[in-house]
Amino acid sequence: MARELSPAVSPPRAAPARGGGRAAAGPPRRRGRARGWLYVLPALAVYLGFAIWPALNTLRLSFLTWDGILPPVWAGFSNYIKIFRDSALYEAILHSLALIVFFSVIPIAVGLLMTALLMGKVRRGMTFFRIIFFLPQVLPLVAVGITWRWLYGESGVVNQFLDLVGLGSITRAWLGDYGLALIALGLIGTWVMSGLCMMLFLAGAQKIDPSLYEAARLDGAGAFRQFRHVTVPGVRREITVAGVITTIAALASFDLVFVTTNGGPAGQTNVPGLLVYRLAFNEGDIGGASALAVVLTVIVVAVVSAVRYFTRDDQS
Amino acid sequence: MVLVPFAGIVLAALHPSGSQLDGLSIPDRWSWETFALAWERGNFTNLMRSSVLIALFVVPLAVAMATLAGFGLAILKVWGHRTLSFGFVMGLTLPIEVIVVALYFNLREVGLTNSYVGVILAEAALFMPFGVYWMQTHFSNVPEELVEAARIDGARDLVVLARVLLPISWPAVTTLSVLYFMWSWNQFMLVLVMMQDPDRRTAPSGLGLFVGQYTTDIPLLAAACLIVIAPIVVVYLIFQRSFVSGITQGAIKG
Repeated sequence: MARELSPAVSPPRAAPARGGGRAAAGPPRRRGRARGWLYVLPALAVYLGFAIWPALNTLRLSFLTWDGILPPVWAGFSNYIKIFRDSALYEAILHSLALIVFFSVIPIAVGLLMTALLMGKVRRGMTFFRIIFFLPQVLPLVAVGITWRWLYGESGVVNQFLDLVGLGSITRAWLGDYGLALIALGLIGTWVMSGLCMMLFLAGAQKIDPSLYEAARLDGAGAFRQFRHVTVPGVRREITVAGVITTIAALASFDLVFVTTNGGPAGQTNVPGLLVYRLAFNEGDIGGASALAVVLTVIVVAVVSAVRYFTRDDQS
Repeated sequence: MVLVPFAGIVLAALHPSGSQLDGLSIPDRWSWETFALAWERGNFTNLMRSSVLIALFVVPLAVAMATLAGFGLAILKVWGHRTLSFGFVMGLTLPIEVIVVALYFNLREVGLTNSYVGVILAEAALFMPFGVYWMQTHFSNVPEELVEAARIDGARDLVVLARVLLPISWPAVTTLSVLYFMWSWNQFMLVLVMMQDPDRRTAPSGLGLFVGQYTTDIPLLAAACLIVIAPIVVVYLIFQRSFVSGITQGAIKG
């Protein structure tokens, strides 16, 4: 498989006809093109019916006041206004933005740091490490959450370790701590994502042309400047991919929050997904849930676009 | 750093159910009964059956659809293929929250809540953007001469796909299949919302509710966790290359 840009990275466009091969292949076959639609149809039908149609419906519901049973009432923008007035709702959005720091920024920094340290040193045993570092990516987040709940517990492994290094005074039930629960939650995301980032960057760094380092050395660049001007630009594409994967995960942290804190203590770890679920299926405020889901979608699209923009290739 | 949590949970699961645990500790005696107990208490016979059933239908169905669509868009270049590709890729950034709210009420109207069919089709739809993108990318990287040569021999579209393209596409199809299996197995929110019947829930969603009942019984919870992650870990170890290539090439929906 050629290294293609991920969908997260490249704007969708038809593959350019290499060397004009397609253009010279004669006129398009009209009849064949119409029949070709049959190939796309099943996928399109399922996608439109079970993803796009409900999404558009959620948008419609966001302008209604509806409890799921009685006839809905037109509500205009009031559900949206409520999001910016109700502290629980907009704080949930802020929490999810804060989680981006832990799910994206820190893992990418850790990944780059490890890449700088390990570059050119690892050759053998890569497969084993790769299997281990990718493992958190494939596990259901529910199981990850339950594991960390226990690690963070009053007498959990985290506190055991702190006792061991003489920090017994700061031990607590981390996920129940008003000020620190969100950070503790975020660090679970850091644990899940760091291995992925590290593996991505290491793989990317191995493809960098050694002569670039050669040239940098001749120009008198030290290790840090080589890293800054050769390695980082060399893995720019991987940084974009990592950035998109991790930010989407940060904004879709429902599974993890549901089993670790369920939004507690006192709403300190509420995230939009959790409130959408609660409003729609426990509290019968379908309009409010829909509006929050729409706002979340807008945020995801905005953040992903921003990640792409800031890590774009300056040359192109 | 990565392995400590795993070690912890394996050790915890080997303790007898209900015993008090203080961090990492080696159990006095290995206790396998905890797994049997977790299996029974957690209703795992039914949960596993649901999980396997859903994955068994979602994976072939969604992979087949994505392959056909990728072929239509990349090789046949059907009328409007650019717009269609764009439409599919747009779906990559749709969070499940924005789909699931109305989907529940839409499916309730047609009696597809609490049904395997509803969940299977919804998962196929959720995974479709990535699958179509993946297969389309793969097919557009196939050397054109291959397709042209078959065309000159008078092969129809379906023959080109089945005889020329599929034989060289197994790596791409395998990767897509294992990713689909993983996403289907790990899917949580959709199942939580759509399946009210505890016997039809999948392993992760059952586990999510199991926690509420057995908050303090750490060995039991640990064993339940291991039961849920075992199948995906086994599949991951067998197909780790496919997983890695899939994830690193931007598998952004989970």
